[in-house]
Amino acid sequence: MKPTDISDPEYFHKVVDCQYACPAHTPVPEYIRLISAGKYDEAYMVNWESNVFPGILGRTCDRPCEPACRRGRVEEEPVAICRLKRVAADNKGDVKPYMVSGPFESNCKKIALIGGGPASLTVARDLAPLGYEIHLYDEWHKGGGMMRTQIPAFRLPEEVLDEEVNYVVDLGIHTHFNTYVSSMKEVLDQDYDAVFVGTGAPKGRDLNLKGRAEADQHVHIGIEWLESVAFGHRTSVGNKVIILGGGNTAMDCCRTSRRIGGEKVTVVVRSPFKDMKASPWEIEDAIREDIPILNNMPPKEFVVENGKLKGVLFGKVRAEYDENGRRKLIPTGEPDEFIEADDVIIAIGQDNAFPWIERDLGIEFGKWDIPVLNKTTFQSTLPHVFFGGDAAFGPENIITAVAHGHQAAISIDLFCNDKDLNDRPAPMANLMSQKMGIHEWMYDSYVVIDERYQVPHEDKALSLTDRKIEVELGFDKGLGFKEAQRCFNCDVQTVFTDKKCIECDACVDVCPTDCITFTVNGEELELRSRLSAPATNLTQDLYVSEKLPTGRVMVKDEDVCLHCGLCAERCPTAAWDMQKYLYQVTKATEVCVQC
Amino acid sequence: MSFAKPKFTHPQSPRNKVGYIKSDYEGVISTLCAGCGHDSISGAIVQASFEMDIEPHRLAKLSGIGCSSKTPTYFLSNSHGFNSVHGRMPSIATGANLANKNLIYLGVSGDGDSASIGIGQFVHVIRRNLNMTYIVMNNGCYGLTKGQDSATADVGSINKTGKANEFGPIDLAGLALELGASFVARSFSGDKTQLVPLIKAAMSHPGFAFIDVISPCVTFNNNKGSTKSYDFVRDHMTVTSKVDFVPLKEEIEVQYEAGKKMDVKLHDGSTLRLAKLAPDWNPFDRNSATNKLQKARSNGDVLTGLFYIDPSSGDLHKKLNTVDVALNTLNADQLCPGQSALDKINASFRG
Repeated sequence: MKPTDISDPEYFHKVVDCQYACPAHTPVPEYIRLISAGKYDEAYMVNWESNVFPGILGRTCDRPCEPACRRGRVEEEPVAICRLKRVAADNKGDVKPYMVSGPFESNCKKIALIGGGPASLTVARDLAPLGYEIHLYDEWHKGGGMMRTQIPAFRLPEEVLDEEVNYVVDLGIHTHFNTYVSSMKEVLDQDYDAVFVGTGAPKGRDLNLKGRAEADQHVHIGIEWLESVAFGHRTSVGNKVIILGGGNTAMDCCRTSRRIGGEKVTVVVRSPFKDMKASPWEIEDAIREDIPILNNMPPKEFVVENGKLKGVLFGKVRAEYDENGRRKLIPTGEPDEFIEADDVIIAIGQDNAFPWIERDLGIEFGKWDIPVLNKTTFQSTLPHVFFGGDAAFGPENIITAVAHGHQAAISIDLFCNDKDLNDRPAPMANLMSQKMGIHEWMYDSYVVIDERYQVPHEDKALSLTDRKIEVELGFDKGLGFKEAQRCFNCDVQTVFTDKKCIECDACVDVCPTDCITFTVNGEELELRSRLSAPATNLTQDLYVSEKLPTGRVMVKDEDVCLHCGLCAERCPTAAWDMQKYLYQVTKATEVCVQC
Repeated sequence: MSFAKPKFTHPQSPRNKVGYIKSDYEGVISTLCAGCGHDSISGAIVQASFEMDIEPHRLAKLSGIGCSSKTPTYFLSNSHGFNSVHGRMPSIATGANLANKNLIYLGVSGDGDSASIGIGQFVHVIRRNLNMTYIVMNNGCYGLTKGQDSATADVGSINKTGKANEFGPIDLAGLALELGASFVARSFSGDKTQLVPLIKAAMSHPGFAFIDVISPCVTFNNNKGSTKSYDFVRDHMTVTSKVDFVPLKEEIEVQYEAGKKMDVKLHDGSTLRLAKLAPDWNPFDRNSATNKLQKARSNGDVLTGLFYIDPSSGDLHKKLNTVDVALNTLNADQLCPGQSALDKINASFRG
């Protein structure tokens, strides 16, 4: 193998698994260390700078970081990264002084943002300090988009949402709330320098089965139903409720039903339990609230008697998978099952919808009515129109929308300055030695086996009485500290300097997880077969040095390195050093004042 | 600051035939200087014990005093151990072995402990062919008292104060050969591919197995001009043979060039496979080993590898004709069979 080029910013970035997996590449270990140190303001600002909505995401994020966490590879469960983010948000003081604040000197450019969700708000935050005049349009009376309409208040309290939306709006954004944009042409006619579309995926899928039309009064589309509950237009539901679907929206619908009158609430999913799309923790929460989840039962018919919904008839299937893992649902031949219901909520997915964009404006649409976009710049075929969030490539999640927003903001800024949109700014990367003494580091290097801490919950009986009572109470400072201590500090890198190595083997002997081998070089797969410990995780890189005096090379498998620093402590010549790697995605502008 | 090794291990760590992973053979974290050769030897002992499928409670580790003799704390935490008086490890080992011959005895000593204060004990344990593995971690200096030249320092070797040693060295491997040791080898802490099979062979050997391991003192004797530094040993190392230890019942897969390979059957059925690199050397001939060693010394080379082996050697218990079971398992009736047995013995003298 070729010697590893550690000057490539992506090499060490990849070692920080959580940060690498995060769409916005939030420097996770950096803020977790700050939480350990009780520096909640700073921890919050590291997040705010990167993901704009720490308090919201600390409750609602899809957490792509957690399955990636290295602790999950050597222990049962990963660090509770998401809940730690909330610890920073819950315990911070006044952070406004750390944020940029207006008024900003105008650059005489006007930008329109259609939709007030996370993608648009991110664009607004990144562009406002540069002097852009930002006009934000949303059909509701407040910003937040799907975070407000689709996430129930028992998961995300309104105060938290308002606070973080307002940090952005307060940057001098011209808001046009209660304004439904019904024509893109009208927007374009207003001579904006650029237009950003962040309208999400607002169309819930329907299920056209027998009886659907007759039962219409008691059959609801999941996201529309959640929205009407969120805005108080709907305050009750029938005693018996069936939720169709196995995603996070289904979980939100069933739990909301339990709070507004539903006593016998059942989730029915056509696929097996393990194939359900909902996050495991949301499924857990639903089960905790006494909601049965029935699997392998596709709905066949809305049963209506005398014009009134009686319930739903379900078939029974089992799943079979072909060699490509493709699933087929095969009827088992068992008799159909009828489940009574007063109301049925359909939560089987959502789609993009752009009925308001005229198709003769030069904005091309492709398959499934999704706009044709440049995947890096988010630019549409009409050069000054950009898309982001769920509106861009279909439904994803909040953190992906934020990541889109950052990139779209860069594109818009480049576009407005007549620069090449493909000339993307390089990430900021910095390596800094953590050495303080012979055996002392600037980070807490010692790692212990420690199971993930459970987050406390509100009393169930109480929380079911009011949909606005938050269920998860979050870690308090003490638990937050303990959980933060589970972080391995994977951003503190093991940096090897081959010129200093005397090949004494001290690092090989001391490494608890046998990551290091000195051997002759070879092709990657062959080399992996003869390392100190099995190196079977091909998604994790091998760190290979230049040739050493004995003709061998140092090979380190990054897979289960604990970043405990023992290799560096036992190295007599400091050929190993522990160096903190800070990687930050470059934004359109600096938004933090003091960090 | 690390005061202990994390308890995490590699999730896919292989298990040996007795169900342990390699870290089960480790000890607490070393307090020796970072980069000390002794730690590599500890690592080799851990590796060898793991690969030999040794049940930790079947092994006793013994040592004297010194940096080397601290190392039993850093390996085989689940085995028996005895840290004895300076230079007196051989006596303790002899006593322990006589009482219970069923354990594997691993003695660890240093050049001070064996070549100076304990040389009297060292020579006699060789003479008795006690069934044990005796490893000397040889760094040519007294590291624990800040690096004075030891009795194994070569003439002219420069210590950290810049002064050349004027006294002739004791070659412990040469001494062992001279005194009739039945297994003699030398290795280098920085070469585990050689050291691990040698330790495994030594543990299988039914008699006194001596390994002199050059182990650089990274703090006091790793300077330019020292003949026990990492660089000097790497530059001047020559080997008698490449050693491969093949345990019982495992297929021998490696093919060597005809005439160069040599299989040595050990008493427990395992095989020591040697790929000879020195043509004028025969591992069964004490004289050829001595000659080879002398020649290397006059060339200024550090000869390593297996020097001599007598696979059929009879250990101390055989010479003393002790009973088959370990002496510590004999009960009072067996040890004191009573008046009639005594009468019989007395009668046999009157014959």
